[in-house]
Amino acid sequence: MNNEAIFKFRSISENEAFARMVVASFIAPYDPTIGELTDLKTVVSEAVTNAIIHGYNGSHDQWVYMTLLMEENVLTIEVKDEGIGMNDIEEAMQPLYTTKPEMERSGMGFTIMEHFMDAVEVTSIASKGTTIRMSKHLASVQAECH
Amino acid sequence: MAFTVQAEIKKNVLLLRMHGELDHHATEKIREELLNLMEEHDITHLVLNLAELEFMDSSGLGLMLGRYKHLQKKNGSMIICAISEPVKRLFEMSGLFRIMIIESSEDQALMRLGVA
Repeated sequence: MNNEAIFKFRSISENEAFARMVVASFIAPYDPTIGELTDLKTVVSEAVTNAIIHGYNGSHDQWVYMTLLMEENVLTIEVKDEGIGMNDIEEAMQPLYTTKPEMERSGMGFTIMEHFMDAVEVTSIASKGTTIRMSKHLASVQAECH
Repeated sequence: MAFTVQAEIKKNVLLLRMHGELDHHATEKIREELLNLMEEHDITHLVLNLAELEFMDSSGLGLMLGRYKHLQKKNGSMIICAISEPVKRLFEMSGLFRIMIIESSEDQALMRLGVA
């Protein structure tokens, strides 16, 4: 069963929990394991938090876009902002690297995403925004015969 | 589920029982309150009971690392108890596992600090 859903929500921190609930609901019909569910909620939380804190620098009236796509047994999650963007993606993805130590950011967001997902792809253009696209093969989902 | 925390002070030890989901939204809400509480009661040691913590991401790691650094300056310690498998993985990934003291229960953590 293939499925796709597109969401657009305001860049407020309350929506971190909303986005986690959305991904959990989206994959519920596929009977994910508890471990898969936790991993996916965590990566969505990281990506949406990045958009709010870094992309939009805490500004509340912007939009965060999230697309969920289930194809065969691969889930692809895309989280996009139209914020400040990043100059050096490679540096941003280093473990413990953060531009906001004063906010007590751990700098582990991308490391967690890379650890929990099979593939993570980041595209960013300065002053245009950042898109995180990540995918994971869900072992619990049985590929259907067509 | 929203995040709530129950605090208990025993001498210079602050015990925090965390419930719900600890994300960026929750850390922003509790950070200042936590700092004030630690300042007011001259807290040297922190015990975090995570038995009822249902979710945590890197924002939670940031909060814990922040308090750890803070307590280190006062030669204090931070003890984590009743850690779940998912939180344990985040600890391992970030290196927090190497610097924090892990105890299986709240009682053992308090015993270790001599305030049981």
